[in-house]
Amino acid sequence: MANYNLKINGQTLKTEASPDTPLLWVLRDNLGLVGTKYGCGMAQCGACTVHINGEATRSCVLPVSAVADATITTIEGLSEKGDHPVQKAWDAIDVPQCGYCQTGQMMTAAAFLKKNAKPSLEEIEAAMSGNICRCGTYHRIKEAVQLAATKM
Amino acid sequence: MTKNNSRRDFLKSTALSAGGLILGFNWFGQEALAAEIVASEAGNTTFNAFLSIQTDGIVTIFSPNPEIGQGIKTAFPIIVAEELDVDWANVKVVQAPLDTKKFERQVAGGSGSIPHSWQRLRKAGATARQMLVEAAAKQWGVSATECLTEKSFVIHTASGKKLGYGELATEAAKLTPPTDVKLKDKKDFKLIGSTIKGVDNQALLIGKPLFGLDFYREGMKFAMIQRPPAFGMKLKSFDALEAKASASGIEVVSFKDKVAIVGKSTWEVKKARDLVKIEWEKAANLESSDDHNRIFKELLDGKNEVRRKDGDVETAFKNAAKIVEAEYQCPFLPHNPMEPMNFFAHVREDGVELVGPTQTPQNAQNQTAKLLNIPAEKVTVELTKMGGGFGRRLGTDYVLEAAELSSIIKAPVKVMWTREDDMGGGSYRPAVRYRFRAALDKQGNMIGYTLRGAGLNAGNSTRQDNFPAGAVPNLLIDSAEHKSPITTGPWRAPITNFLAFAEQSFIDEVATAAGKDAVQFRLELLEKAKTAPAGEIKYNIDRMKAVIELAAEKSGWGKKKKGVSLGFSVYFSHASYVAQVAEVVIKKGKPVLQKIYAAVDCGIVVNQSGARNQVTGGIVDGIGHAMYGNLTFKNGTPDQKNFNAFRLIKMNEVPAIEVSFVNNGIDPTGLGEPALPPTGGSVANAIFKATGKRLRNQPFIEEDQKLFESFS
Repeated sequence: MANYNLKINGQTLKTEASPDTPLLWVLRDNLGLVGTKYGCGMAQCGACTVHINGEATRSCVLPVSAVADATITTIEGLSEKGDHPVQKAWDAIDVPQCGYCQTGQMMTAAAFLKKNAKPSLEEIEAAMSGNICRCGTYHRIKEAVQLAATKM
Repeated sequence: MTKNNSRRDFLKSTALSAGGLILGFNWFGQEALAAEIVASEAGNTTFNAFLSIQTDGIVTIFSPNPEIGQGIKTAFPIIVAEELDVDWANVKVVQAPLDTKKFERQVAGGSGSIPHSWQRLRKAGATARQMLVEAAAKQWGVSATECLTEKSFVIHTASGKKLGYGELATEAAKLTPPTDVKLKDKKDFKLIGSTIKGVDNQALLIGKPLFGLDFYREGMKFAMIQRPPAFGMKLKSFDALEAKASASGIEVVSFKDKVAIVGKSTWEVKKARDLVKIEWEKAANLESSDDHNRIFKELLDGKNEVRRKDGDVETAFKNAAKIVEAEYQCPFLPHNPMEPMNFFAHVREDGVELVGPTQTPQNAQNQTAKLLNIPAEKVTVELTKMGGGFGRRLGTDYVLEAAELSSIIKAPVKVMWTREDDMGGGSYRPAVRYRFRAALDKQGNMIGYTLRGAGLNAGNSTRQDNFPAGAVPNLLIDSAEHKSPITTGPWRAPITNFLAFAEQSFIDEVATAAGKDAVQFRLELLEKAKTAPAGEIKYNIDRMKAVIELAAEKSGWGKKKKGVSLGFSVYFSHASYVAQVAEVVIKKGKPVLQKIYAAVDCGIVVNQSGARNQVTGGIVDGIGHAMYGNLTFKNGTPDQKNFNAFRLIKMNEVPAIEVSFVNNGIDPTGLGEPALPPTGGSVANAIFKATGKRLRNQPFIEEDQKLFESFS
């Protein structure tokens, strides 16, 4: 076990975990930040996507020891009032069905739009195709990313 | 429906201690609307009711059915709110727990929630509305018939007087609930048929804990279970020494051929599980996919159970000018909801608390009671939101595991399945094969039709009364089943999720052989079913015809579009009708699915947003599994255990989808399933048109990899 002072969502959060613990489980089990989801545990589905120093990253295969000094943002910290353009677009388009994958989808979209404010449809598809939605809400996700792009 | 006096308390009204009105509805026997005022109990203790109106005008609607992504938690309250004439902005929706005294059919399955509850929900809203009107009329000294309601207000038209629902709630609660209420004329619906966003959106989009896996209780333990690695295997022994030493508080116990690892965190438990040394007994009946090929052949050639027989099939085939024959096959499929199985259980001396994602809370309650040998009333079930289900959570195996484990370790525990546990854990869509034969006369009329279904743990793998039954004078449908140790269960649109593809592709083959247009051929068959029906017909001919014609119209069927090949499919399942046209174009020598048009008859559309989401999602699901989904076996163990090996459809693989609703004013039916079944057929038929290649085996990508290189 080791002690960590993790920089998450603008705060420093103290926690204790074995160094090989994936960030996902530190967030969920230790810190109660359960908006980051478990889907596959092998970086295949994107449900666990968070931002590490601004980059969309899969937290399920990322040992906590590797992010001891990093700036971490989870869905809970994407915006203060749930009003990030991506969150607002997801609501306006009414994207979710079951909703389980959507926090990961939004984290991927938010990081992508930060780098590419005026993406083409093909670029959106390329950026978002690593995130699985089992309910098949892909059309609305695409639409929401397009809408969010106009508000960034 | 007959009246049942013992269940006559459909409606109870109670005054809130702090003022306001609670209406508790008993769903049993909707005809028996005899009402009863119950003594005013202390406010919030009776809040577990159906509908309440607070003095500030906030209306709380309890939604009893499990929310699995089908949008029922939004659709149910819309129906109540419509009849209540409440401002949607003032509506708060709360998920009700299992309550067998207040609710009936708290199930998410079979696309049955809406048709079951439609009238009940309307009556609930209309009853509350009428009580509010009566309260206002009484206060104003006017007749209730002179008053109308609008957006949470009762209005006296003649005087222009106006009172809000919140102001009236306390007085309304003192009235005797009416036994006979007038429902709205459907043409006056304002909320029903509009576009309403999911009621959980706000909480979801900021990552609030909503799902079973998000549930946490102080003092709760985390657990994972090692189940037999192959279907048919049994536990011999295990050594947990190393596992127990790996972290503090690790416990290892076993029950029913399973080894459970309990600890203080998910990761510690997962690591400890990998350290448990388990010996499994060798078993003789471990099946591989090669065995299944042999078994299927035996089933298709062997003795079968007759499901439907019309006319004289033998003579029809003897007299046929042309005979068409084909076999279709599909593999086992895991459900793969994004949230894997999990459940919380706390078995105490005085009762059992269950919390988690289940499509059948009442089964969870009853079976837990049976397992622990206690009365069902001692088991409470709280429903969390579910990260998908697709039928998997109709099973209760994972609930019972949590309950049994909690009873052994005498502590509250949440059992979590990893993705590998979930994909390898069974309850799959059964693998099925079909053999079709059709007899055509000289004019290209289908005079004979046989369908034989063979399934591995599939029960009756046919739906013998579905189209084209009734349209063919000589017809024989039978099926056979092999009992496999590989466990199966309902998978979104059970049986029809694959049968529809096989039937609608084969009809296409027959139409081609008869030299007829695919749409025309189906319409001719329906005409025969109408004018000269053979046997019983359980689908509505006119409704099926209407979706066929709507899909044809929207897609421009029959009008040649350069370089575009169209494929048709239509299916009736779960009481709804869906027709589809798929558009395929050839790009760089490969077929590319560019669009699907869907024409849907689910009667009245309750929520445009939810309905379109369900239809689109069902089609995406249908394409994905027809194209890519495959679960194969070696010695009882599935070869695919995670998304690196099992391919789910992704964003860059979905075509455009255009959805049209018939919206004929008929009472609504469900939409969680009906859009999926016709999908494989429309896609395969369009690919045949474009390439001449007839796809009969799913997944398509494995049947002809060369054909689809551009898809991967």
